[in-house]
Amino acid sequence: MDFALSKEHEMARQLFKDFAEKEVKPLAQEVDEQHRFPRETVDKMAKYGFLGIPVPKEYGGQGCDILTYAMCVEELSKVCGTTGVIVSAHTSLCVDPIMTFGTEEQKQKYAVPLAKGEKLGAFGLTEPGAGTDAQGQQTKAVLDGDEWILNGSKCFITNGKEADVYVIFAVTGKIEKRGKMMKEISAFIVEKGTPGFTFGTKENKMGICGSSTYELIFTDCRIPKENLLGKQGKGFNIAMHTLDGGRIGIAAQALGLAAGALETTINYVKERKQFGKAIGAFQNTQFQLADMATKVEAARMLVYKAARAKDQYQKDGKSSYSVEAAMAKLYAAEVAMEVTTKAVQLHGGYGYIKEYDVERMMRDAKITEIYEGTSEVQRMVISANILK
Amino acid sequence: MKVVVCIKQVPDTKGGVKFNPDGTLDRGAMLAIMNPDDKAGLEAALRLKDEYGAEVTVLTMGLPKATDVLREAMAMGADKGVLVTDRVLGGADTWATSTTIAGALRNLEYDLIITGRQAIDGDTAQVGPQIAEHLGLPVISYAQEIKIDGDKVIVKRQYDDRYHMLEAKMPCLITALSELNEPRYMTPGGIFDACAAEITTWGRADLKDVEDGNLGLNGSPTKIAKASDKVRKGAGEKVAPDSPEEAVAYIVGKLDEKHLI
Repeated sequence: MDFALSKEHEMARQLFKDFAEKEVKPLAQEVDEQHRFPRETVDKMAKYGFLGIPVPKEYGGQGCDILTYAMCVEELSKVCGTTGVIVSAHTSLCVDPIMTFGTEEQKQKYAVPLAKGEKLGAFGLTEPGAGTDAQGQQTKAVLDGDEWILNGSKCFITNGKEADVYVIFAVTGKIEKRGKMMKEISAFIVEKGTPGFTFGTKENKMGICGSSTYELIFTDCRIPKENLLGKQGKGFNIAMHTLDGGRIGIAAQALGLAAGALETTINYVKERKQFGKAIGAFQNTQFQLADMATKVEAARMLVYKAARAKDQYQKDGKSSYSVEAAMAKLYAAEVAMEVTTKAVQLHGGYGYIKEYDVERMMRDAKITEIYEGTSEVQRMVISANILK
Repeated sequence: MKVVVCIKQVPDTKGGVKFNPDGTLDRGAMLAIMNPDDKAGLEAALRLKDEYGAEVTVLTMGLPKATDVLREAMAMGADKGVLVTDRVLGGADTWATSTTIAGALRNLEYDLIITGRQAIDGDTAQVGPQIAEHLGLPVISYAQEIKIDGDKVIVKRQYDDRYHMLEAKMPCLITALSELNEPRYMTPGGIFDACAAEITTWGRADLKDVEDGNLGLNGSPTKIAKASDKVRKGAGEKVAPDSPEEAVAYIVGKLDEKHLI
């Protein structure tokens, strides 16, 4: 068992760190305050291949592994949670299912420009009545000749209005499963600009405010028959597989937020003086930081282990990484919330002021316990596995 | 078109320079980075690759650890890396270094050699022009802009108060300033490729047409008696007055303010 990073991973981390410090950090506060999607950063990330890190080179990607991708999301999120989730949603939730379940034509048509960063991706599963309960889907797709007709809506969609390619789930019929009638769910690829595909409300969120979170509306939206992703009726499996991978991205985002808040706080307590000495000289501060650092490191181990497990799956196609991903997301998200909250506390009154990064980091951290499977869902996944 | 860029791994002096008690640099206490002027030279070469399809080779002389900067350069887009390393080459001053690098360059084909103006650890600005002298090539220093026109290179040479437009027939050597450009980042895929790529490693025996007496510590006429951190120049102030009269008044005012007149 080797905990040391390879030379490649060390160099990649340095690259992501440099990029985050120079290109992302200077915009983080503005993007948050103005609820502005950082298009200029996305363009730069596209130029340097950050939008296709785990995609093979023959499909326009960088040919790296999941660990490298997780480190990218981690380093971006250290300085800006918004930028981290843009990359995560694009890569894990849109490129990955197309690469995993798409036909060769779909990979060439959609995955290649997505991996090159010429296009941005999004994923639409959640509906007002179907979050954790994916069976509650109302969006329907009906085959009419050579086209599927989509009707319904999706909500809370990351990269919502900024994406070009969307992986959308819809009910395509009913099937009997273990004596019960269940909804048959299928996955589709939908392009922006398709007639009948429009955007609804932009969500006014607590955190990750630069992320474009929109409602997607489908009204008699006709897409070509060949845009069915995977087999008809396999949508639920595709969604669950995709979310397993997505959780590694969100776990990396949570890890980055926690690590970023820790770094910021370490610098702050060395400078902030009370009672004639730096607050870092007080034992309470030291103990708090020790706990924060230990938990961040433990979260990192779980995130990297989950990334490695998915790398193994990419190689052999057999081993599952579902539990590792759930554990990584559950723990990293809770650590992100705890560490960012402590970071605000250690900053005192300044931590409550928007000019200080930890204020934003604490708001950004909360969503990591909710999206792509709440912490409660992660506990269900983990416990179902250990009790089977 | 073939371009060779000479790069050097140097201690990062951003956080100040650290010395050993004997006055030599404490390299272990500082991070190792690619010399900034060299990185600008590499970026210039990579732009020639983008525009003219040039093949870019990076060459460095140093300890085996210097492969790190070669891999970084390759992760940015350089095609090949050459490390010149040998115990007998250690302790070289600018003369012995330029002799060594020229000896290595004689093994390579090139139209253009680009070096940084100077390294942030030694600050001599001598090695580039000395290499050109060893190889009998024209040299254009302090390049801020590089263009290719047939078999000629056209360079904007930047001085503090003016610039020169110079033209030279290739092959030639150019020394680059860090102000030349904003170097690109590595790419993740470039990093993986660079780490998997083979780095050509040459020792003393591979150097062409050099004499042992001109190599390493023994071949170095310069002996360092004492080293010190450089005195940093202020960033200066740029003003844009509307008329010469206003400019004069501003300057006189500043001189007066500092009690110089």
